[in-house]
Amino acid sequence: MISKKWLQVAGVAGVVPFILTACGGNSDGGDGGDGGSELSGTIAIDGSSTVGPLSEVAAEMFMNENSGVQVSVAQSGTGGGFEKFCQGETDMNDASREIKDEEIAACEENEIAFESVQVANDALAIVVNPENPLECITVDQASQIWNEGSTVSTWGDVDGIDVGDLSGEDITLYGPGSSSGTFDYFTDAINGEEGVIRNDYTDIGEDDQAAVVGVEGDAGAMAYIPYSYFTEAGDAVKPLQIDAGDGCVEPTLENVQDGSYTPLGRGLFVYASDVALQEQAAVDFMNFYIENSDQITETAGYVPLTEEQKAAANEQIESLTS
Amino acid sequence: MVIDKGKRPQRSRLAVAGARAATDSIFATSSRSDRIGNVLFRSLLLLGMGVALLGLVAIILWSLVEGAPRLDAELITEGPSSIMPESAGYRTAILGTLWVIGGVVLFIVPVGVGAAIYLEEYADKTRWWNRAIEVNIQNLAAVPSIVFGILGLAFIVRGPLSLGFVAAAGSFTLSLLVLPTVILAAREAIKAVPNSTRLGSLGLGATKWQTIWHHVLPGALPGILTGLILSVSRAIGESAPLLLVGAVTFVTFDPSFLEGQYSVLPVQIYNYAGRPQEEFRVLAAAGVILMLAVLLTMNSFAIWLRNHYENKNAR
Repeated sequence: MISKKWLQVAGVAGVVPFILTACGGNSDGGDGGDGGSELSGTIAIDGSSTVGPLSEVAAEMFMNENSGVQVSVAQSGTGGGFEKFCQGETDMNDASREIKDEEIAACEENEIAFESVQVANDALAIVVNPENPLECITVDQASQIWNEGSTVSTWGDVDGIDVGDLSGEDITLYGPGSSSGTFDYFTDAINGEEGVIRNDYTDIGEDDQAAVVGVEGDAGAMAYIPYSYFTEAGDAVKPLQIDAGDGCVEPTLENVQDGSYTPLGRGLFVYASDVALQEQAAVDFMNFYIENSDQITETAGYVPLTEEQKAAANEQIESLTS
Repeated sequence: MVIDKGKRPQRSRLAVAGARAATDSIFATSSRSDRIGNVLFRSLLLLGMGVALLGLVAIILWSLVEGAPRLDAELITEGPSSIMPESAGYRTAILGTLWVIGGVVLFIVPVGVGAAIYLEEYADKTRWWNRAIEVNIQNLAAVPSIVFGILGLAFIVRGPLSLGFVAAAGSFTLSLLVLPTVILAAREAIKAVPNSTRLGSLGLGATKWQTIWHHVLPGALPGILTGLILSVSRAIGESAPLLLVGAVTFVTFDPSFLEGQYSVLPVQIYNYAGRPQEEFRVLAAAGVILMLAVLLTMNSFAIWLRNHYENKNAR
């Protein structure tokens, strides 16, 4: 008697979640929309958390027109994404830097050929608290602060920087983790070698917003963040002008596009594997990404491609598919 | 043995009265410093409880205030959207979480309870290997979740099982993560079943298995369910190991168990909370409330079951 009931109860307990899921799945059969095209397939994208939101917008717009295609976007970081990409586990990889030699080797080992297409421009900004009177920083000064073995602990320790009352203030540093393309790019541009950086800064992993919150709440803080984060942050943080030897340059859309914002202006890329590009859906998606890049970059808050960059991207896609 | 029915109640009444008088006399003459000590100790206990509750209340209140504009039907019925965050929802993440946690429950109940029965009822505790297993299970419960994520990536997603980045892989990984908790709780529950129950059943000619199935397990069920509730609550909130075994942040199609990409609520919330746009952060706060609701819904069934069996056993 007891055992019978017990069995029933156990059975119900096990089955309930699955009934729930099944119901959930069926309740929205009409969601598909009417793209009208017979294109179908799946595209798995992983990679940079900087490029991720951009690819999400592209994927969503693409799926609105092609309801048969399923695009998913994950954000493991540029390096974390390449690790999967080169094992053939994803179709495309978002990258906020170019692929590294050891990653190329890993891809070759698994016989995965790939091509990269630039999908947007981005800029890293060095940001400080709005209370900080500093307006412009040279690459040398930035390197003094961020380089491996740096002895700078207060603002007064940095050569040629006068921040008045804040001179005695500790510089609290925020930066992304080492699997981030943003980290690789910044260390290469500022410290001269990829991965070289002092090791006592606050590691925010892939969560760039944490740097904004950190800098906003601390008068002495400093961080480097992607373009979309400081444009959205408004007055919460202050982006510094960068002087790479030709005077101070502000991180504006125009300066990033024309290349005068150096060395922290960069391209954002999508890498596609040759296996993925044998599918028509993947090829169409890449074309769609470039054709609609103005709208996609604007929605996601990135710097759009210039006409020359678009032409170059189109050529690349053509060479991939022929 | 002859029991004197007349004298016994009277004797116990006397004992009760004596005990009460002794206690009264101590408290009646308690000094001022004793009373202060009592009050102090009591407020310390209250403070402890207050701190524990405060964190929870703060999170819920903050999420309610922050996420209020987005606590609507679209939060459940719509999938994620980066173009229109104002009307985006957690549909695919909820379904992903249900698949993953459903799989966890199906896996940990038989395996966890089975292991507990073996360790309590069958294992010879004088053998060193059984003691080694015990110590290991206790230690496993303290291993950081990310380690299970790496294990899942190496052995479940890739390697021997090679399931790929699917919800089933997430289920298995989380199952391994919470199994120690289930086993430990189930063992305690089984241990608490009085030995006289077993002896009585065996004495009446039941086999060992009949004894366990008909008498030990029903008696231990409330304790086992408590362990299950704790485990599911932990599993549903895990994001770190799932990130490693393939939980994706942007899936617009309904996931399935063995095929295709999936997302889960905590991963989706984590991702939205880190976005630069305000709309996403409101969405993340609303997601916290949603996740609590999903968790309570899933657990309420187990809680109902537990209360049901507790009452039954008490009768």
